[in-house]
Amino acid sequence: MRQLIKWTVLVVAFSLIATACGDDDDGGATSTAPSTAPTTQAPEMEPEEVTITIESWRSDDQAIWDEQIIPAFEAENPHINVIFAPTTPLEYPAALRTRLEGGIAGDLIMCFPFDRSRELYEDGHLAPLNDLSGIDGFGLSAQAAWLSADGSTPYCVPVASIIQGFYYNVDAFNELGLSVPDTEGELFEVLQAILDDGTYTPIGIGLSEWEAEHILFQNIGANYWKGEEGRLALISGEDRVTDQEYVDAFATMARLGPYMHPGASGITYPDGKILFETGQAAIYPGGSWEISGFDDNADFEFSAFRTPSPDGADACYIVDHIDLAIGLNPASPNAEAARTFLSWVASPAFAAIYTGALSGFFSLQDTPIEYDHPVAQEFVSWRQDCESANRTGYEALDSGDPEFPIELREVSNAIILGNMTPEDGAQRLQDGLDSWYTPEG
Amino acid sequence: MTDVESAVTERLPDGGSTARQIPRPASTSRRRRRWAPALVFLTPATVIYSVFMVYPLLDSLRRSFFDDNGNYARLDNYRTLFTNPAFSERFWDALGHNLQFFAFHMLLQNPIGLLLAVLLTVQGVRGLNIYRTMVFLPTTLSVVIVGFIWRLILSPIWGVTGTIGIDTPLLGESHTVLPTLSLISVWQWVGIPMIFFYAVLIAIPKDLIEASRVDGAGSWQAFRHITLPLLMPMLGIISILTYIGNFNAFDLIYAVKGIVAGPDFASDILGTFFYRVFFGASGTTGSPAMGATVASVMFLIILVGVLLYMFGWQRRITTYEL
Amino acid sequence: MGRRRIHWGRWGVHAALIFYTILALGPTLLIILNSLKSRRAIFDDAFSLPSAETFDLVGYETVLSTSSFDIYFRNSLIVTVVSVLLVVFLAAMAGFALVEYEFKGNTLLALYLAIGIMIPIRLGTVSILKLMVSLNLINTLWALILVYTAMGLPLGVFLMSQFMRQVPKELKSAARVDGANEYRVFRLALPLVRPGMAAVAVFTMLPVWNDLWFPLILAPSEGTKTVTLGASAFLGQFERNWNALLAALTLAMVPIILLYIVFSRQFLRGLTEGAVK
Repeated sequence: MRQLIKWTVLVVAFSLIATACGDDDDGGATSTAPSTAPTTQAPEMEPEEVTITIESWRSDDQAIWDEQIIPAFEAENPHINVIFAPTTPLEYPAALRTRLEGGIAGDLIMCFPFDRSRELYEDGHLAPLNDLSGIDGFGLSAQAAWLSADGSTPYCVPVASIIQGFYYNVDAFNELGLSVPDTEGELFEVLQAILDDGTYTPIGIGLSEWEAEHILFQNIGANYWKGEEGRLALISGEDRVTDQEYVDAFATMARLGPYMHPGASGITYPDGKILFETGQAAIYPGGSWEISGFDDNADFEFSAFRTPSPDGADACYIVDHIDLAIGLNPASPNAEAARTFLSWVASPAFAAIYTGALSGFFSLQDTPIEYDHPVAQEFVSWRQDCESANRTGYEALDSGDPEFPIELREVSNAIILGNMTPEDGAQRLQDGLDSWYTPEG
Repeated sequence: MTDVESAVTERLPDGGSTARQIPRPASTSRRRRRWAPALVFLTPATVIYSVFMVYPLLDSLRRSFFDDNGNYARLDNYRTLFTNPAFSERFWDALGHNLQFFAFHMLLQNPIGLLLAVLLTVQGVRGLNIYRTMVFLPTTLSVVIVGFIWRLILSPIWGVTGTIGIDTPLLGESHTVLPTLSLISVWQWVGIPMIFFYAVLIAIPKDLIEASRVDGAGSWQAFRHITLPLLMPMLGIISILTYIGNFNAFDLIYAVKGIVAGPDFASDILGTFFYRVFFGASGTTGSPAMGATVASVMFLIILVGVLLYMFGWQRRITTYEL
Repeated sequence: MGRRRIHWGRWGVHAALIFYTILALGPTLLIILNSLKSRRAIFDDAFSLPSAETFDLVGYETVLSTSSFDIYFRNSLIVTVVSVLLVVFLAAMAGFALVEYEFKGNTLLALYLAIGIMIPIRLGTVSILKLMVSLNLINTLWALILVYTAMGLPLGVFLMSQFMRQVPKELKSAARVDGANEYRVFRLALPLVRPGMAAVAVFTMLPVWNDLWFPLILAPSEGTKTVTLGASAFLGQFERNWNALLAALTLAMVPIILLYIVFSRQFLRGLTEGAVK
């Protein structure tokens, strides 16, 4: 009997909660955004108030959007409330797709570059933005990642690019008397010196996720396949992954393996960063998007050096990847307000706030921007001497099975760990492409 | 139970016998009236089950014969799945991993569950209920949380594994990742077979065992000749539940290794493969039609297992009424 | 001699069970303990207890200042409670009717309802998604409730009809003679199958509360996230901050562990009763 009473109490209590909360289970993101409630509204508003929601994978940036970017916009546009509603990067593609097809996605959609967004545009989930004011403030190279196949229609407003290189612990370098390497030969000397000293793990990086592909393969490789030239040649079919430059890039990566943490294959992306920011690793190959994280977590001086070029190379290439943009959901009931927001995103005012708030994201607008953070300045300074390149494999090559970027990441990890030879890796990638991809040119 | 019963019998002293004496006309009229309640009682469950479970399953089966644009594609999707290496290699890999995953559960989870159940029903030991509660605890935790707990504990940057003498990054090496994930899953789910075996064991009348002791049987013999045969039907049920659950396993691998169940697909099982095919992995959209095809093949594999169980095991095993 | 053996046997049983209890609880305790330590202490010695020097609640401060965990918790509670109630009552009704009334196709219907026990509903995901889209239920808790109810019903109906079979016939016929209609007879039978209802509730509760798949696909929005999905997103957010990560894990576990310990007798009894049917 006592048990009956316990169960009944439990059931009754639960059903009370259920009925009390049952009314507002309509899934609106509105109920969850008390933190974004604007304090800047003018009391004497005339136009009707609208709320627009931004879909994004940048969950790390929530605070920056809530505290800096959105208030700045709402100060100018008091009748528009903006909600930044990110999904974690892992879940974003599937969740966004589901919401778009279910007709419940946000008004604005943060766009990945190239195929991933073009697919959405072609399926009618991104609106054409030809007549948006400010869309002409971007150079062709910045807009290229978000143009329709015939090159006539932009469908996302470019926001930022990121630059990749190698972070290093300045204190550790001073302590060991090391200087920043310019060439691969010098890089390996530095690595060997750190290894011999034994205080630090030379390279802190995890090999269980995408970093080896994104950071090492793309970074080191750009110098081998000559940046954009090689990237486009792979798409046109002129170059093949089995060509010597790719095999060489893989071989260089394989040489880096012994300088990594012995447990690298089990280290995740965040744990790799922890190795660097807790001072255990002296070098962290990474992208400019890490700057603010390292600012918060590292208690030593850090800076970055450009990816060393192969010995004897006469030009250098850096990964200066156009990374994110924002587009309009054609099903948005608040298209007008959303367009107002997009125009603002295309303006220098936004660029200044965004790149100021997020060190390491570089504006794609024609109007030049000053960057405050010394490490961000270091990254952006490489543009003067080197050619910028996008990551290879994300245009055209990732829209079939097996997906090229996924293969690339598995092959990169395996080569660094010594589980695969550079030749075999290159062959597997080319075989994968050959099974479905026919170059148009 | 008894107080309700007796209360009713008190009110109707001649209880059951009255029913049989009711004249026929009344009986037929009651039977007619019972159609309405039968309908009322059965409709909600049948409708919800049919609409949200049976229909989607059948519809998935149908979709596997169409392409993503809705055109009839005969067996093309199946041909792609089994002949295009981009799918077939991953499929066979994943199926192989599923079988390993299943083997770990059969060889470890279920025997450990049985052992624990036996220990928990030993006569005359105090505090067994406390153990029972504690041992079952991991089973109540969410898979995501369990995945994260172990991901942290096994992380090479935390000294836990080093302290107990394991230097290999267990979740990073292709030959250790699947056994490790299987063991994590066993750790979490061992409570289920334990409690199922336990249920059978406590239902065995004590005098049955005692009688055998009187006949001179040792405890092993008593277990072997009395307890074990009584456990056999449950062993079958647990095996088939383990088999089915194995094709449901997705959450743990997703939580620990993500969608691209690395390294180099070494921890990929049909659940993660299905998700990747359905949604795509690198951000491009996958194919619902191919997803439905993978699901249909999984359905067939389960069906084979269930049929084997029903005709190969259940028919041979005697169920004893206690 | 015999006594001594039993004595040793008893200690053996304790030793084995203590060993397994440590195995079962150790990892969880390790997480909880370390969530109370400073970052340096976490990495310096994972096994040490938090001391005055190493005690640090910074992780909890981070987590509690940023999360909307209360909403996720509420969502999970609604989904689980409503699904469990629906499964228990609909299954009881169906089980009652299947046992009580002879009609054409009775056995067939029972078989039809039971076949779902053997098929993971996830295999129908593609169609469930399309169905929910067309019903306009994406990103609502109803989408989850309906799927979970459908998922729980096959086992529920099967178990309930086993339990309903045990309700004494005399009781039912007596009530009918007394003039009770069928709905009253059903209500009279309900208290007698309480153990069955508890078993069905427990069997439905575990997979629903822990499911990641359907929330991920059917209701991933911020307002409809369940604890399990929320925890996965939420843990992802703090991945590099071990203090916050450990605190988040602890916060996500402790309510469940407490609830479980309070109700463990009922809970395990439900499982036990269900298992032998």
